[in-house]
Amino acid sequence: MTDTPLSHIRNFSIVAHIDHGKSTLADRLIQSTGSIEQREMKEQILDSMDIERERGITIKAQTVRLEYDAEDGQHYVLNLIDTPGHVDFAYEVSRSLSACEGSLLVVDASQGVEAQTLANVYQAIDNNHEIVTVLNKVDLPAADSERVKEQIEEVIGLDASDAIPISAKTGVGVPDVLEAIVKRLPAPKTGDPNAPLKALLVDSWYDAYLGVIVLVRIIDGKLRKGQQIRMMGTDARYPVDRVGVITPKMVMVPDLGPGEIGFITASIKEVADTRVGDTITDDKKPTAEALPGFKPAQPVVFCGIFPIDAADFEDLRSAVGKLRLNDASFSFEMETSAALGFGFRCGFLGLLHLEIIQERLEREFNLDLIATAPSVVYHMTMTNGDQLDLHNPADMPDVVKIAAIEEPWIKATIMTPDDYLGAILKLCQERRGLQIDLSYVGSRAMVTYELPLNEVVFDFYDRLKSISKGYASFDYHIIGNREGDLVKMSILVNEEPVDALSMLVHRSAAEKRGRAMCEKLKELIPRHMFKIPVQAAIGGRVIARETIAALRKDVTAKCYGGDASRKRKLLDKQKAGKKRMRQFGKVEIPQEAFIEALKIGE
Amino acid sequence: MTLPQIPDPRKPANDAGRPAINGDDGTPGFGVYLHWPFCAAKCPYCDFNSHVRHGGVDQSAYAAAFQREIAHMRALSGPREVTSIFIGGGTPSLMDPETVAAVLDAVAGAWHVPEGIEITMEANPSSVEASRFRGYRAAGVNRVSMGVQALNDKDLKFLGRLHSVTEALTAIDLAREIFPRMSFDLIYARPDQKPDHWAKELEQAIALAADHLSLYQLTIEEGTPFFGLRQAGKLHVPDGEHSAELYELTQDVTAQYGLPAYEISNHARPGAESRHNLTYWRYGDYAGIGPGAHGRLKTGNLKLATATERRPEGWLEMVGTSGHGIAETEELDAVTQSDEMLLMGLRLTEGIDLDRWKKLSGRDLDADQVDFLTSLNLIERIGRNRLRCTPQGMLVLDAVVADLAF
Repeated sequence: MTDTPLSHIRNFSIVAHIDHGKSTLADRLIQSTGSIEQREMKEQILDSMDIERERGITIKAQTVRLEYDAEDGQHYVLNLIDTPGHVDFAYEVSRSLSACEGSLLVVDASQGVEAQTLANVYQAIDNNHEIVTVLNKVDLPAADSERVKEQIEEVIGLDASDAIPISAKTGVGVPDVLEAIVKRLPAPKTGDPNAPLKALLVDSWYDAYLGVIVLVRIIDGKLRKGQQIRMMGTDARYPVDRVGVITPKMVMVPDLGPGEIGFITASIKEVADTRVGDTITDDKKPTAEALPGFKPAQPVVFCGIFPIDAADFEDLRSAVGKLRLNDASFSFEMETSAALGFGFRCGFLGLLHLEIIQERLEREFNLDLIATAPSVVYHMTMTNGDQLDLHNPADMPDVVKIAAIEEPWIKATIMTPDDYLGAILKLCQERRGLQIDLSYVGSRAMVTYELPLNEVVFDFYDRLKSISKGYASFDYHIIGNREGDLVKMSILVNEEPVDALSMLVHRSAAEKRGRAMCEKLKELIPRHMFKIPVQAAIGGRVIARETIAALRKDVTAKCYGGDASRKRKLLDKQKAGKKRMRQFGKVEIPQEAFIEALKIGE
Repeated sequence: MTLPQIPDPRKPANDAGRPAINGDDGTPGFGVYLHWPFCAAKCPYCDFNSHVRHGGVDQSAYAAAFQREIAHMRALSGPREVTSIFIGGGTPSLMDPETVAAVLDAVAGAWHVPEGIEITMEANPSSVEASRFRGYRAAGVNRVSMGVQALNDKDLKFLGRLHSVTEALTAIDLAREIFPRMSFDLIYARPDQKPDHWAKELEQAIALAADHLSLYQLTIEEGTPFFGLRQAGKLHVPDGEHSAELYELTQDVTAQYGLPAYEISNHARPGAESRHNLTYWRYGDYAGIGPGAHGRLKTGNLKLATATERRPEGWLEMVGTSGHGIAETEELDAVTQSDEMLLMGLRLTEGIDLDRWKKLSGRDLDADQVDFLTSLNLIERIGRNRLRCTPQGMLVLDAVVADLAF
């Protein structure tokens, strides 16, 4: 144990909407407690991935132990867990929050409460957190602290009268935040250092030198080097190699006791062996009861990922394997497509997760990739009573064997300046949304809709951002499956189905989507020496059709006498072009056409 | 529709007392190409290797360099019997007759040049150049190919030509009188060209023609002034459907008057095809001499592709120091040779000899591909061993070749 009495420990997290200054405040807290030398300071210390820093988001939970000498002359240990703010990682957030007793709610004093703020703060409240409200960016001309306080009270229902005004950027008000953490947030509830070990697995990540690092919060008992531990959810056992705290440097300690947050390493090979939310106990002297709330990660959005150059397949295989080492919530299995060749069907926690993984694959592994349109998991009840989860529209069974198809629905909260409300309501209606609630806070509207997730994965977020000029914020959680009138729409080029383009759509949207896809393909597929019909069909019924006219003229009028080389170079170019084509019967479709056709929302 | 009264093009206008030109023996042959790279002005559509030198050109220096390079090509090719000679450009009719005589003599001194082979020279139909026709004839030229390009002054101006229609008509008359054989070029599919206007112009051209016409669709080549204009949206040439229509019209009208196409853009009275051009398209051998000339020479089992330095002064210097101006040589392998044979051969109405192609490539054409293209009526077999494009196939030849060559 690190010799800090429970009463002098505070475990807290920060909840905020993206860009409201969560990571900047974390940086300031680290700086003003002297946890890191000035020269080592770089922005967003806790966001270790390039993508996190660039996009200003937190993907992995991170922790830092702050040593703080308070105004009362006492020495405190403040453990900050920086949580991912995005809905895709809602489960990870809830586990991080359950490792803490309090939260700082950071709200931008010029922007006010956003949809994501709400979702996260409710989670904190659900975890019985004490909440200290912090108004950030009060130094900006557009700041309106009184209005925002009012909004916090109205929308969230928190008393904002003692909200702390700060500027994380300049450091103004940060000492008040530290004092408030000590004074207003509770110390960890009494744990028993002599009871059997009971610790929460908060997060884990892969380190090239140390192997898998596990972030833990001790509830009861002690965790020390050499101890044989057991993961209660997976029943895996490991001897503990190292025990330490993150300051944010890794500092070894002899052991960790109740209320403390730290890390361990234990020769664990894969992150997949450590499940967020699992309970860690002593193998020889186990605790009687695991912590509540543990559930394995469940991918909800799927898409196919293929290398643009087929020769990169092995590199892609190794890259997804490596990413999986560090992200157990991402799943993959091999997929073969006539259109796109060999690739992987990948599962993600949500759209942001999908985007991040794709970006990391391209960036960290230098791969050029093509992703098929995202799809959700459809639950099928077959006429013979079998149940089936469909991850890929191309695998859809024969319709006559399907009794019912269920699709996941979400509850979405959208906050927007009221200028854009009309367009947003229209968008939600078009996407089969059911309006649940609509209320106003000043000139901002808050609208709650139930929507099918498959309508949201198809460019909903981009459309929302564009019709609200970026002002609307959006958050959602899955509320369960509902039966829907869903059909598989196939795209046929010259009578041949193109697997990568088939999709499950609601019957009411099929014709519109089919027509759009046919029109797009007509532009993208080059003319051939014969006419090519492009059709969208449901079963055997064609619902949209376009025709690519035959090539009328393609001949070099004059060749310069004996310069056959020039024409041959042209031919070599044509041949190289053909290599990038995918063959569908007699039709050659350039890879670029698929990439364009799959670009959603245009 | 009543056809205008025109002379029968099947009768060369003036063949009395002229030495006969040898006929086509059907072989690929061996041609000698000589490139004169100078022009009085650069035409806005042209991307050939041509250069304007306002200070004049030292023709004797070039004649001497041509002689040296001819000797070098002779060393590469070994002894061959020449089936045709072609002086192209640029504008060869800017050459003094003495220069032409000097290079033709050099060719005859290097290879065996039988009596009566086709010796063509390109010429512009301006009055100044026409005044040299007799001198060229005396130097041994027996066929002239003139860049008439259009039969109205407005279009001639648009195409950047320096001659007028009147001058062209005079030059054509003169050429018919002086040379045993004569051809001229027209460029069509000009901006806004209407099919009926083109049909009239074409009939007029056929009336003026002897036994050969080259009819090229205007093609906008990168790097030319026309390319820039089109990029800027200031030039619109017929494309797709419209240009296909003009092409088909051209085929119909010429065939009707007895000058059918024997190649994509070349028309002749049967038997009056250009022997030299047939050598290119039948993928024969040819020596390419002069700045920016291309050659194909068989040496042993290899086919050597040669290309000379394009810039005239650079070429001249290279010949001076090393006896030749060859800037690039490439040994063509079997696949490349068979690709080139397809590319060139399928431009001809006579198509390609499949046995020869197989011998060259070591394989048969893909049977499925041949069947499929045949089913689309784009290619057809003639007899046991020839394959050619149908008229529809000719229109999409580049795509057909790409499918067959793959």
